[in-house]
Amino acid sequence: MSSDLPITEADLQAYVDGRLAVGRRAEVEAWLATRASEAERIAQLRDQREALRAFYDPVLHEPVPERLTRVARRGPRSRGIALAAGWVALGAVAGVLAGWQLHSLQASRLPTLSEGASIARSAAVAHATYSPEVRHPVEVAADQQAHLVAWLSKRLGAPVRAPALDAAGLSLVGGRLLPGEGDPASGPQPAPVAQFMYQGSKGQRVTLYVRTERRDHGETAFRFAREGSVSVFYWIDRKFGYALSSGDLDRAELLRLANLVYKQLNP
Amino acid sequence: MDERQAIVDLIPRLRRYARALVGDRFAADDLVQDTLERAWAKFHLYRGGTDLRAWLFTVMHNVHVNRVRALRPTDALTDELPEVAQRAAQGDSLMVRDLDRALARLPEEQRAVLLLVALEDMSYEEAARALGIPIGTVMSRLSRARERLRTTMLELPASAKLMVVK
Repeated sequence: MSSDLPITEADLQAYVDGRLAVGRRAEVEAWLATRASEAERIAQLRDQREALRAFYDPVLHEPVPERLTRVARRGPRSRGIALAAGWVALGAVAGVLAGWQLHSLQASRLPTLSEGASIARSAAVAHATYSPEVRHPVEVAADQQAHLVAWLSKRLGAPVRAPALDAAGLSLVGGRLLPGEGDPASGPQPAPVAQFMYQGSKGQRVTLYVRTERRDHGETAFRFAREGSVSVFYWIDRKFGYALSSGDLDRAELLRLANLVYKQLNP
Repeated sequence: MDERQAIVDLIPRLRRYARALVGDRFAADDLVQDTLERAWAKFHLYRGGTDLRAWLFTVMHNVHVNRVRALRPTDALTDELPEVAQRAAQGDSLMVRDLDRALARLPEEQRAVLLLVALEDMSYEEAARALGIPIGTVMSRLSRARERLRTTMLELPASAKLMVVK
């Protein structure tokens, strides 16, 4: 029955992987039976294969992070669709903002119109886009907070923090990275921005939008803007611009939260 | 778009392979995310009806190789074994941690072959196609990877080996 073919290393590897035909496997076993040290080596390789499976197979049963499922469901053309959706959302708030910008011109203090308009508008768009998301509100969930903060800090190029708002009944849902403002074709590449999302017991959502500033602007007072149903308090603190947005809270509640955020960021 | 669900269903396997390939959990998931994004961006290159799993592993391999090259241009693909890493003094998972570390010390190209064959249970032909290398190269890398992993494990102190026997 023997094929008389010499036993090669490839045969031995295939033996370890269980990929030999029955006849050839018997030949390999017979060959190993007369070679104790080779037999031991091959036994160790089989153990090794089992050990690898035993060590890494549990990953198969871990819950899959939302960010991966979301990307997988996106589909091949989604980039264009997402972009289009973004422009629609931007258009929807632009009209509202035009009136608000005039109002803000009369203000006596910083943030200036350009600084404030840009961050409040962007924050309102981001809030309107992501806060209604039920299944995928964030890219990285709060249970991976250390990773979330490290990741966003790395991408923004500055240390960001996610304030804890539990004292106000809001828990951190997680965060996401968003494209920076400005046209990369007409200036330096805009730095990306971060959005942290919080949720209250009744499902009300608040987002904190964090942007890095190119220069140190000093500090500014809180400024308020309202975009349709979205209220925004925004301020600039040294090299960061912040905007706190909500569609559910009234102005007084949102201001209280803004103070809480400010205190946490400036202990 | 049946592929969407098919790809979602393959995520656990992509994560398992990525975890073994790069070690760190978050880095592994980042690799999976980049792979999925790349897969959709290049989806026009996928031929429907062929093995989607093998194609995704090819995409992941390419993403990983590009990252490794970008991050560590000089030492990533060398055969040099660094010093044996310091191991935790205690812990019942001593053996598996050692396995993890020993795996991390394999040259990239050997680790990829070993994991596709041993973890992902690909045939040698499938692994060759996924990595874009001849099957003979798969066999030689597989043999070298296993041997190196085996000897690295044997070099460990007796206490660790006892854990293996248990």
